[in-house]
Amino acid sequence: MTGDSGAQQLAVLGAGTMGLGIATLAIGRGVPVVLVDVDQERLSTAPARLRKELRLAQMMGALPRDVAAGRLDLAESVTAAADATAVIEAITELADLKAKVHQEIASVVRPGTLRVTNTSSIPVDELAGQVPSPEDLVGIHFMNPPYLIGTLEVVRGPRTGDRAMASVASLLAALGRKGIVVGDGPGFVTSRVLHRMINDAANVVEEGRASVEDVDALMEGCLGHPTGPLRTADLIGIDNLVDSLVVLHERTGDDSFRPSPLLLRKVAEGDHGRKTGRGFYEYGVL
Amino acid sequence: MTDSTAELTATDIEQRIGEFLEARTKKSWEPEVDLFASGAVSSLFAMELVVFVESTFDVAVEGSDLALDNFRTLRRMSALVTRLRGSGGEGA
Repeated sequence: MTGDSGAQQLAVLGAGTMGLGIATLAIGRGVPVVLVDVDQERLSTAPARLRKELRLAQMMGALPRDVAAGRLDLAESVTAAADATAVIEAITELADLKAKVHQEIASVVRPGTLRVTNTSSIPVDELAGQVPSPEDLVGIHFMNPPYLIGTLEVVRGPRTGDRAMASVASLLAALGRKGIVVGDGPGFVTSRVLHRMINDAANVVEEGRASVEDVDALMEGCLGHPTGPLRTADLIGIDNLVDSLVVLHERTGDDSFRPSPLLLRKVAEGDHGRKTGRGFYEYGVL
Repeated sequence: MTDSTAELTATDIEQRIGEFLEARTKKSWEPEVDLFASGAVSSLFAMELVVFVESTFDVAVEGSDLALDNFRTLRRMSALVTRLRGSGGEGA
């Protein structure tokens, strides 16, 4: 057990919000990370963004203070993941793109290396059908920000092997996270339940039945939701939320997942939530 | 040694941070009001406060000082700044 965390060497693919958050969590826990992104500009700003997130995590008391930070390396190509003990793909929620990236990952890592897709909605088995050795592929749905939320959803696909599940347990132990293993399927548990609620909350606003603030105030004050569904949408990123709703709608045919016109308008107008400074709420003061 | 920044009182510090807060939140703040409990600012804004305090008062907030509790009120921020300036400037 004790050797596990010391042996971890993580590769994170995608230096967007989630990839950076996952890298922050790992580095803050002393796990070295190679962060890979094909976008040079996004990669070049990653160290400064990561340092800011790391300080925020420390500020919130979310990281152990007695652990030396893990090393951060940057790379523009998946080949940098060759020596990793685990690879976490955290790119955009587009199934075709994920499949392509996972084919690349599988071609560079050592056999038996844990390959993770960080996804909120896409079934693991869809990817598994398009990559070699699908037994090494597991889904993990990290929550944003990963270093603040201690629980995450682990998705075992029908083809996922026991060795990969054991590797996930070691990885999560090193990261100090609690994983809850659920079955495969569109949206797993959290997104299937949450996204339907957020979409309906947006529809209620669109129908003019209640304001954004009042919907959240009701869900918080009456039902104990910690941030309210629409503020949660801002935190997830409304663009990502719509991507996930499309994934759910296409795969289930359930119209309650058809993205609300209000969500689509916000995406079209560039109001993607907290990360762009405006979504359902203004974030001039973050 | 006698320049004005070296002799900032707690009140001066509170005033300068208070001006920054007022500019960002569009309201004024009493010295002992909990910024985060008020709901007017999120904990993410705390990082802006850290950056502001570091650049304005030429201090580095690190290690165990990097805690939300040190930024909860204007008074706590001024206490932190006073302590960091003292330990840096006078070399104990």
